[in-house]
Amino acid sequence: MSNPKPTMIEVRELAKTFVLHARGATIPVFADIGFDVDAGECLVLAGPSGIGKSTLLRSLYANYRPQRGSIRVRHGGGWVDLAAAQPHEVLDVRRRAIGYVSQFLRVIPRVTTRDLVAEPLVALGLDADVARARAEALLLRLNIPAPLWSLPPATFSGGEQQRVNLARVFVVDYPIYLLDEPTASLDAENRAIVVALLVEARNRGAAMVGIFHDREVRAEVGTRTLDLADLQRAA
Amino acid sequence: MNASSPLQVAPAAGTTEGYNFGYLDEQTKRMIRRALLKAVAIPGYQVPFGSREMPLPYGWGTGGIQVTASVIGPADVLKVIDQGADDTTNAVSIRKFFNRVAGVRTTEKTSAATIIQTRHRVPETPLAENQILVYQVPIPEPLRWLEAREAETRRMHALAEYGAMRVNLYEEVARYGRIAKGYDYPVEVNGRYIMSPSPIPKFDNPKLDNNPALQLFGAGRERRIYAIPPYTKVKSLDFEDYPFTVERWAQACALCGATDSFLDEVIVDDQGARVFVCSDTDYCEDRRKQGFRGAAPDALAATASGAS
Amino acid sequence: MTEPLLRVENLAKRFGATLACADVSFVLRPGEVLGIVGESGAGKTTLLRCLAGQLRPTAGRVLYRTRHEGEVDVYAIAEPARRLLLRTDWGIVHQNPRDGLRLEVSAGGNVGERLMAVGARHYGKIRNEVSDWLTRVELDPARIDQYPETFSGGMQQRVQIARNLVTKPRLLFLDEPTGGLDVSVQATLLDLLRSLVGSLGIAAVLVTHDLGVVRLLAHRLVVMKDGRIVEHGLTDQVLDDPQHPYTQLLVSSILPV
Repeated sequence: MSNPKPTMIEVRELAKTFVLHARGATIPVFADIGFDVDAGECLVLAGPSGIGKSTLLRSLYANYRPQRGSIRVRHGGGWVDLAAAQPHEVLDVRRRAIGYVSQFLRVIPRVTTRDLVAEPLVALGLDADVARARAEALLLRLNIPAPLWSLPPATFSGGEQQRVNLARVFVVDYPIYLLDEPTASLDAENRAIVVALLVEARNRGAAMVGIFHDREVRAEVGTRTLDLADLQRAA
Repeated sequence: MNASSPLQVAPAAGTTEGYNFGYLDEQTKRMIRRALLKAVAIPGYQVPFGSREMPLPYGWGTGGIQVTASVIGPADVLKVIDQGADDTTNAVSIRKFFNRVAGVRTTEKTSAATIIQTRHRVPETPLAENQILVYQVPIPEPLRWLEAREAETRRMHALAEYGAMRVNLYEEVARYGRIAKGYDYPVEVNGRYIMSPSPIPKFDNPKLDNNPALQLFGAGRERRIYAIPPYTKVKSLDFEDYPFTVERWAQACALCGATDSFLDEVIVDDQGARVFVCSDTDYCEDRRKQGFRGAAPDALAATASGAS
Repeated sequence: MTEPLLRVENLAKRFGATLACADVSFVLRPGEVLGIVGESGAGKTTLLRCLAGQLRPTAGRVLYRTRHEGEVDVYAIAEPARRLLLRTDWGIVHQNPRDGLRLEVSAGGNVGERLMAVGARHYGKIRNEVSDWLTRVELDPARIDQYPETFSGGMQQRVQIARNLVTKPRLLFLDEPTGGLDVSVQATLLDLLRSLVGSLGIAAVLVTHDLGVVRLLAHRLVVMKDGRIVEHGLTDQVLDDPQHPYTQLLVSSILPV
């Protein structure tokens, strides 16, 4: 790549409003957001709770559908606008370009922790045994005891589920990560392990956008801050 | 086929007054002949026809009788067998019937007959080109056991969707370790239609294949006619690793010593003594006339008078 | 980009004056699972039958990309060709196993039927393949000769799934595949379907009123109301950010787990 720090995400004029038909309510969240994120950068979304940080993050994953604007991400040698892409294109971007760490792990009945973490690699065509080996290595690093690997994570503690969730995303070297409070329910020791993992990915050149309530995590992982409250005042 | 002249034929001597030749009226015969022609043109295909009321109940061979009545002419010689025997009640009645309503000659000799109406057997003596074999059929539809709807079975035949037919054979091998079906063993005719050969023993199935005689099948109650034209390929369904085989007996016929015919087990006295004898009585007799003898040539002497 | 496996264009089905579904258009790509949700009477099952070649639509087209002959109009090709598709390249899993199984035939015969229909004539090989499929749907192959009636509802569904997958179809139609089953049985069956569909790369159209089922199985969702599509999108988009009033009502009606 000629440019060592290419732009990975380009957001322009993004607007999101929730229309709740049953209550006849229209709730505008943001009206005109624009920013870029480069490779090797971690953009921290800031602002008081309720300002729309999670909504923005979910929009970047095309989980929420914005009313206006574009979310262009670098993918497969070109750009894909997630706000306008076809469903199968979005799925392909998610499979290969964007890892999204949600606040809560979505447990799949009966699937073991090991297979749950290995699944994104298998979806990329990797051999199941190789994928499981990579999954185990990451689970080990994230301090999930080996006896738990062959259990479904439904009964795990909040902290354990959070780390399984992280493992399931970071098992793939995505060029882009979206992080919604990845360390919220972790103790200091595990938080340090996760921070090291995030920093490592960022230094590898991943572009990141995250919401971090923990100031230390923000300081260690974040490279730049976007305050949504400032944007609203400006608008 | 020795077809009768278009309209009325003068009744032969000794026939019953007031009946048309062969009992059926000429319009009905024509309708049945049209069905027969179609059946011959599409080997193994079941042709619907307007089955008539006959002076005997369904199940006694009304389909076969209507087919015979439609193809028989004054010059024909008729043989009727039931379970291989010429002397059983049903065979005797049908023979007498045609003797009265058509005045035709009858015979018990396979080689002397031009038309042979049969139930449950194909004669052991090979048939020739000038002969017609008429089968009485109770249930013509081989797919009926798994599909009750006629519209659907007809569609399955039309599209040659015969996977379910094989399931039947699969189930037999799974349950008994072999295809246990001994009678009415389904066949594929001319590489196309799957057909019920009527309740003949599977022993007789190979005789259907490439037979010089014309084979006609009539089902009176179910109103279906089908046919196997002379020299038509008829294959019994099977699996590659469970090929079709016919039954064999350790014994020879007690009367004539035949080892190549279908044998019936007969109890010969009140002590339960039993012997195996040819089911085809004409074939057995023929062999004995030629001087062949089995282990107990007089085994049936005591029962013979009662049977015939 | 892979070409669509199934293309549906302006499909409509009327029964006399009653409109069952109308203006239905979508594409399905290989390996994609499309969920069709909506309340009972929304026209889901009628739509599924139209898609699956079982009920001729009043208007519109269903186009399917075959393995060898390119794209065909499912209702313009001859009936033999359509029925051949149905028993080789397609599979249908009915809500009630009684509609999809022969109850008078053993589990092995049920699963083996499609193999025999496409020309398998070696009993031993058929038997081995059936055993293999029973194992894959997590049934004890020792029960191969038992009748469906001796199986539980969930196990009957597994037999039905094996019966459909044995000819390695590329497109599966699922009509409430877990309806009427205990919750725990549902979960294991869903997981089985999920892994089979995923590992074999089978595309599927799944009709259900259970949003939990589509969350687990479907990549994309179509929401139907009164026979028409009111919303479509990726499953998580539709469930997490529903736009249409009816979808919002549907999503907000689920009890939280």
